[in-house]
Amino acid sequence: MFNKSTKGALTPYFIFIALFVIAPIALIIYYSMLDLHGNFTLANYKNFFTSTYLSMTLTSFWYAFLITFFTLLIAYPTAYLLTKTKHKHLWLMLIIIPSWINLLLKTYAFIGIFGLYGPLNAVIEVFGFDPQQILFTDFSFIFVSVYIFIPFMIIPIFNSLDKLNPSFIYAARDLGASAWTTFRRVVFPLTIDGVKSGIQVTFIPALSLFMITRLIAGNQVITLGTAIEQQFLVSQNWGMGSTIAVFLILFMVVIMLFTGQKKKGGRA
Amino acid sequence: MKQLVQATIAIMIACFLLFFAVRSLEAVGSNGSSDTLTIYNWGEYIDPDLIAQFEEQTGIHVIYETFDSNEAMYTKVQQGGSSYDIAVPSEYMIETMIEDDMLVELDHSLLPNAKNIDPYFLDLPFDPDNKFSMPYFWGTVGVVFNPTMVPEDLTFESWEDLWDERLKSKVFLVDGSREVIGMGLNSLGYSLNLKDDEALREATDKLKRLTPNVKAIIGDEITPLMINNEAAVALTWSGQAADMMWENEDLDFAVPTEGSNLWFDNMVIPKTSDNIEGAHAFINFMLDAEVAAANADYVGYSTPNAAAMELLDEEVVTDERFYPDEDLREHLEVYENLGLEWLGKYNEYFLEFKMSLN
Repeated sequence: MFNKSTKGALTPYFIFIALFVIAPIALIIYYSMLDLHGNFTLANYKNFFTSTYLSMTLTSFWYAFLITFFTLLIAYPTAYLLTKTKHKHLWLMLIIIPSWINLLLKTYAFIGIFGLYGPLNAVIEVFGFDPQQILFTDFSFIFVSVYIFIPFMIIPIFNSLDKLNPSFIYAARDLGASAWTTFRRVVFPLTIDGVKSGIQVTFIPALSLFMITRLIAGNQVITLGTAIEQQFLVSQNWGMGSTIAVFLILFMVVIMLFTGQKKKGGRA
Repeated sequence: MKQLVQATIAIMIACFLLFFAVRSLEAVGSNGSSDTLTIYNWGEYIDPDLIAQFEEQTGIHVIYETFDSNEAMYTKVQQGGSSYDIAVPSEYMIETMIEDDMLVELDHSLLPNAKNIDPYFLDLPFDPDNKFSMPYFWGTVGVVFNPTMVPEDLTFESWEDLWDERLKSKVFLVDGSREVIGMGLNSLGYSLNLKDDEALREATDKLKRLTPNVKAIIGDEITPLMINNEAAVALTWSGQAADMMWENEDLDFAVPTEGSNLWFDNMVIPKTSDNIEGAHAFINFMLDAEVAAANADYVGYSTPNAAAMELLDEEVVTDERFYPDEDLREHLEVYENLGLEWLGKYNEYFLEFKMSLN
């Protein structure tokens, strides 16, 4: 498969993968089979299938799904409109700039914005309504998460839309397709790879969010990430923490398989 | 290919420049000496001016890092990645660290200022003869509340007041399993160190009935949020409450009479220390009456330093909410080291309670 010289050149990469990809995963699996006293056990796995962790898994998936859905709903049209603007790369840049700001800073800013005496409630009061509880609700949690993930979703979609050859669209319109049919049958299928990468970079981190669940949702939302943090730092039960991590890895593999890019024809 | 080589060279030059810049900056920072002291303390738990004063007096360069739970501190010290010279754990964690042989025995001849400490806080069960630790601050767990935002008949003399229907979505809880589960146990008249599944079950079920009142379970963010009147009531530590009351004069603090937690944070020297002599110098410095008074004034927690109390405002040290007398302290319990098994159980119950919030 490889000739000799490529094989030699690849050695550092194999070492890197063995040390920083395979070894950590193997260690997580090893720790997941230890109890508090370091004895070999499968009790952690049994423990995972109790109602607490199962419902936590469902909650994590539900919120990750909602976050991904709303991110996609906003990101796709935005990316589409961006490709139609005159200075598209400038606009894209402007959308990406907020992602350079530290995540924690942005999150703290939202605590102020959403507060009972924050600017958002000030606007609500101008319209004659009572101040609303916005912070520590599902709404605030999903809003902030979507805000954080939007740039990561826009970039791959923008790239695939940008690469789309416009003659396909002209051809579709010439052949009598309506604007909606053109989008549904031509544009969307040709950019599906961008959408899939966008979903991967949103859904997978969304499954294990944990800072935002405390700061913005006030622990009203508990995800698997919160549980891992607590098992490692508070309970010092590395076994259980690793077990949750193993399941998270498994879920991610499944998601990658579902959203994986199929190789078609000569295109890589 | 040419571009690739150029980029690689540019990155390498940048790396070298940064490396030397960091080196020279570090040399300036430590006043030309390589004597440094790494301190690992709770967040917002020292007057930063005192660190500068210590550096000036001794010429030791201080690296200051913070943690937000005893367990997180323990895990990091145990990993041994960093050479912490001073840590400030609470009493039950000191017990664990002594058991696990993680602490350096103190040389009392290097700590003449220890005479300033109120004898009540010395020779406690978790560290007989203060072999390994010196008192830093102490305090309680209680309820901080805003009397202008809660019905008048709620005084929080009893934990039951938290369950009052009129407090719907007005209560913050601190994100700590021992504090919250302990509160549940205390409200039922149990000890907060209980190792009994049935009682823990009962406490968790009782806590679940509190969920309509709970607005959020958060950490240090409670302080700014209570100052801004985002909620009316919060379960928190006495010193954090003092911080809030300093900024928002409407707030009041109460320790319910059914019982609550009494805690001590002591300074220790972990075995990871590279500068044991410097660490002693720092502990002795913090035990100085004037330094301890300035620190207590800044941080707001209760000082165990009798000499420092004389220097503090009369009004502060006679305030029974923060300096309860020995009779009142009788109702309070010190956390015992539960052991990992039971600590895990407390956390599982706490997680179950958190899950029931939504």
